[in-house]
Amino acid sequence: MQDLIVNNVSKSFNKGKVKALVDVSFSVEKGELFGIIGPDGAGKTTLFRILTTLLLADEGMATVNGSDVIIDYKAIRNNVGYMPGKFSLYQDLTVEENLVFFASIFNTTVEENYKLIEDIYVQLEPFKNRRAGKLSGGMKQKLALCCALIHRPAVLFLDEPTTGVDAVSRKEFWEMLKRLKKEGITILVSTPYMDEANLCERIALIQKGEILSIDTPNNITEQYPDKLLAVKSDNMSLLLKDLRKNENVKSAFSFGEYHHISFVDGFKNDPMQSDLFGANNHTNISMKPIAATVEDCFIHLMSKHEVNGN
Amino acid sequence: METETVIKAVDLTKKFGNFTAVDNISFEVNKGEIFGFLGANGAGKTTAMRMLCGLSKPTSGVANIAGFDVYTETEKIKSHIGYMSQKFSLYEDLTIAENINFFGGIYGLSDKELKEQSNSLIEKLDLSKNANKLVGELPLGWKQKLAFSVAIIHKPSIVFLDEPTGGVDPITRRQFWDMIYDAAESGITIFITTHYMDEAEYCNRVSMMVDGKIAALDSPSNLKEQYGAATMDDVFYYLARQAKRS
Repeated sequence: MQDLIVNNVSKSFNKGKVKALVDVSFSVEKGELFGIIGPDGAGKTTLFRILTTLLLADEGMATVNGSDVIIDYKAIRNNVGYMPGKFSLYQDLTVEENLVFFASIFNTTVEENYKLIEDIYVQLEPFKNRRAGKLSGGMKQKLALCCALIHRPAVLFLDEPTTGVDAVSRKEFWEMLKRLKKEGITILVSTPYMDEANLCERIALIQKGEILSIDTPNNITEQYPDKLLAVKSDNMSLLLKDLRKNENVKSAFSFGEYHHISFVDGFKNDPMQSDLFGANNHTNISMKPIAATVEDCFIHLMSKHEVNGN
Repeated sequence: METETVIKAVDLTKKFGNFTAVDNISFEVNKGEIFGFLGANGAGKTTAMRMLCGLSKPTSGVANIAGFDVYTETEKIKSHIGYMSQKFSLYEDLTIAENINFFGGIYGLSDKELKEQSNSLIEKLDLSKNANKLVGELPLGWKQKLAFSVAIIHKPSIVFLDEPTGGVDPITRRQFWDMIYDAAESGITIFITTHYMDEAEYCNRVSMMVDGKIAALDSPSNLKEQYGAATMDDVFYYLARQAKRS
């Protein structure tokens, strides 16, 4: 069964000047962990607001857990949990008060669904009498997740839950999502961090309101069309400039310790044996063929999209 | 070539009541270096950065920024550094040209300098068609590039970048780093925080703060070797997990 169906949804702002979503379609299976991957301004939050019935689309239709976002908006509001990108709990209520408040709004009690949030809430318990506004970033994020879960929603919407969060807390957060998935909750999560794409079952890459690709992270990376190499030398900045001057190099981008380079279509030579570096004598060159990452694919799809005049 | 120290901190400490946010940190940064200042949320990075920018008085210790003392010469520090963060960058309801003029004016550029700088900047960023557009109408990536250019318009000794690339698309993020490299090559020292571990690799040296202390400081390759880690992500994870305070 599909818990989320989005058909040809478009939304613009400022009398059509800003196209936030352009003909977006996808569906999410019940119990699936689905990621919306894209930078700020891609349309992620607009999409979440439409699906949580807080905003009307200009065109297209969507259903959540079997209910239409316009006709059955009240049913949806009862059945989904939503954690917005901006911290939206009551800052001057305590941790415990926030949780009790959200439980009572949904006609339930903290006790009834405590098992679902137990793993997360035990970490908050020592601070349960602290006001939400006085919590650290990581703790706020955990409390917001508890409040979004306390009525055991069928679908959980998490809008950029890990933005601005350090690498350790991000890892912990994804561990929590995996456990929630086991409870059968459908999760739609958005993130600007490309490395988090691999933690989702399926992903949609989104840029400027348009979906560039939808598939499993593995299938997306396997569809990368070009041969890809990782290269490094002692002078990485100069190396990048020299690679970009080479006519056989299609793209060259920094990826941490290495630059990733792809080649133009007509280039049939073995890149490992070719002179790619120009007249500068680069020292300690190391080169190896690699598989594309989701970020390589995003860059590739983005460039292709822009060349096509969009 | 003799290396010139532009940031020097010795036992720098900041306490808020009983809480020691920054605990005896000592380090030096050289001219033209790209220095990554990493740490988990709450490790003390922002507090340390505020002291280095002359915005917050240390509780104890010594720090010298571009040759000026953080206790007594804070105004001189402010005129010799640039600062940019994702949160505070430009005025959205001023145009591009107005923002450049405003920040250039604040940083004390003469009318002549301002005019030259403004023209070359708009040309360099390929914004000549949009110079009279409001900054609020620009895509985020352009805003970030413009904000960085404005932060170095007065040719500061050091520019402090606080998570400058958060949320921008992967191509713009890399174009931003090209700008950082160019600035470093022109002799501006880069002091940068980031949550992207691939960006830690682009730094000449990286420090890792844990619980207010500097737990490690070295080049990315030395750090990986020292901790037997394949990536900076692993180094970060290993060190940050040892944090006791939350």
